[in-house]
Amino acid sequence: MSLLLGGRSARVVERFLAHRVATAGLLVLGLIAVTVVILPLLIPFDPNRTNLDQIFLAPSPQHPFGTDSLGRDLGLRMAHGGRISLAVGILTVAIAASLGTVVGAVAGFYGGLLDTILMRFVDMMLSFPRLFLLILASVLLRDSPIPSFLVIVVLLGSLSWMSVARIVRSSVLSLKERQFVEAARSIGATGFNLLWSHLLPNSLAPVIVAATLGVGSAIIAESTLSFLGLGIQPPTASWGNLLKDAQSDMQIAPWTAIFPGLAIFLTVVSVNFVGDALRDALDPRHSH
Amino acid sequence: MIRFVLRRLAVSIPLLLGISVISFLILNAVPGGPLSAYENSPGITPADLQRLEHTLGLDQPIQIRYLTWLEHFVTGDWGYSYATQQPVLGMIAERIPNTAYLMGTVFAVTLLIAIPVGMYTALRQYSAGDHLVTGISFAGLSMPTFWLGLLLIIVFGLNLRLLPLGGMSTPGADFDVVDRLRHLVLPVLTLSFVGIAHYSRYLRSSMLETLGQDFVRTARAKGMSERRVVLVHAFKNGALPLVTLAALDLPELFAGALVTEQIFGWPGMGRLFWDAATRADYPVLMGVLAVSASLIVFANIAADVLYAYVDPRIRLA
Repeated sequence: MSLLLGGRSARVVERFLAHRVATAGLLVLGLIAVTVVILPLLIPFDPNRTNLDQIFLAPSPQHPFGTDSLGRDLGLRMAHGGRISLAVGILTVAIAASLGTVVGAVAGFYGGLLDTILMRFVDMMLSFPRLFLLILASVLLRDSPIPSFLVIVVLLGSLSWMSVARIVRSSVLSLKERQFVEAARSIGATGFNLLWSHLLPNSLAPVIVAATLGVGSAIIAESTLSFLGLGIQPPTASWGNLLKDAQSDMQIAPWTAIFPGLAIFLTVVSVNFVGDALRDALDPRHSH
Repeated sequence: MIRFVLRRLAVSIPLLLGISVISFLILNAVPGGPLSAYENSPGITPADLQRLEHTLGLDQPIQIRYLTWLEHFVTGDWGYSYATQQPVLGMIAERIPNTAYLMGTVFAVTLLIAIPVGMYTALRQYSAGDHLVTGISFAGLSMPTFWLGLLLIIVFGLNLRLLPLGGMSTPGADFDVVDRLRHLVLPVLTLSFVGIAHYSRYLRSSMLETLGQDFVRTARAKGMSERRVVLVHAFKNGALPLVTLAALDLPELFAGALVTEQIFGWPGMGRLFWDAATRADYPVLMGVLAVSASLIVFANIAADVLYAYVDPRIRLA
């Protein structure tokens, strides 16, 4: 492995693999991802088709995760829902990390009034109770023709970029004073070029860590919104809206509340272990 | 110090104004305007809608409406709920004690458990107990609050039938402390779990950092008892950042409270916001948003001041 990757990245990989729990987390994540991608292809049943003489069947070999109030197989719906939940997590972070990087880099690099304005805007966004805003916006957009998936991704993304912006800004601020940047300046690198080829690549490590951990919190945020009935709209399944039905059904069929939550939990806990290990691996000075 | 507080308060005014403008814009961005919910109701004619629009001042341009709202808000006239016709200020004032009661208990329980757990794990780093706590903390930080609530309801409410499923007290019963406490257990457990995980982790790493510093070595070297070293030096310094952390966590706590109030049928502010959101009850929504954003902004200022007060190394300028 180390031969293939060359010095620095090999050390990162080595340090990451030293965290056995994180390595296990990575495996679990891979397993979950492969399952939700492949399973729906192997089982070509419509996950939304109701079957009224099979309602609330307890877990059994035919239905390993049981069935719901409309006789739909919970396992199959979880696989389909997992695609949505994972996609929401990844796309949200993609939006949040890009937005945050742009805002943070501009603020840190150009400084002055622009920096003040952008950072006060960040303060303001952080003072909002995020869930309240999400609820408001999704109530307003509920009847719009835009698919709920898109609404959720854009909303979550545009409300989660602030921490990345702060990280990138402080990183750019401190890198700006370093000698290699001075060297680049002295041979004529300016403006965008300096930012793009010298400052940003060196700010990448903490952004990768924040983005990884962000996937977990985006999945939780999606599930919370969908649980409240505002996220992904049925019949399309997501791990969160499966739990919404469970709130009324759990008395008769507790498995409807347990399994989708377990899927969220396993995914997020793995993401968190991976993110934590990445932090150690990418920044040797920071260790627990 | 007073100058610092005054300056922070002065900065918070544009911040709060900005927040209110954004909230107002979002609320008014709905296609069809705030009255769209009534459009399909039977018995309401377009003429009625127009009259209603005029009475509520909704036919004015948006900047005028915002300024009118602001003027009324500052003078204590927060408008009337579209759904119940009650004054918004009264509705919020009625709910605040319930939320404060829940969140206050959660905060106390969180600190009471997180502080000893954080200290223990810092002092016994890499022991079996430390690993166990780390595992539980990661679990706490990785599950949606509402799912934990559902699991607790299934186990303690439905299967063991030990605790009530929701509400603040048994309906119709006289005031009874035990009954109140029994209703408090599950929501508080649900909400504190994440906080305990978060704070104890934080205290652990911050105490570990403090324990490695020179002044702790000096304290040990001059023969101070280990108990005093830990409690007076390491803990006092290591616990300082918790003040800031608690203030920064407030938005998360609000969010958790909203979901928890929803699951457990707790008649608090979160529940009020949720009901108002589903009914498009704009005056109530604006009111709750303004109150919670102000609380968050002022909690941050209070945390800064408190931090400077407990840590003399910080100079406020």
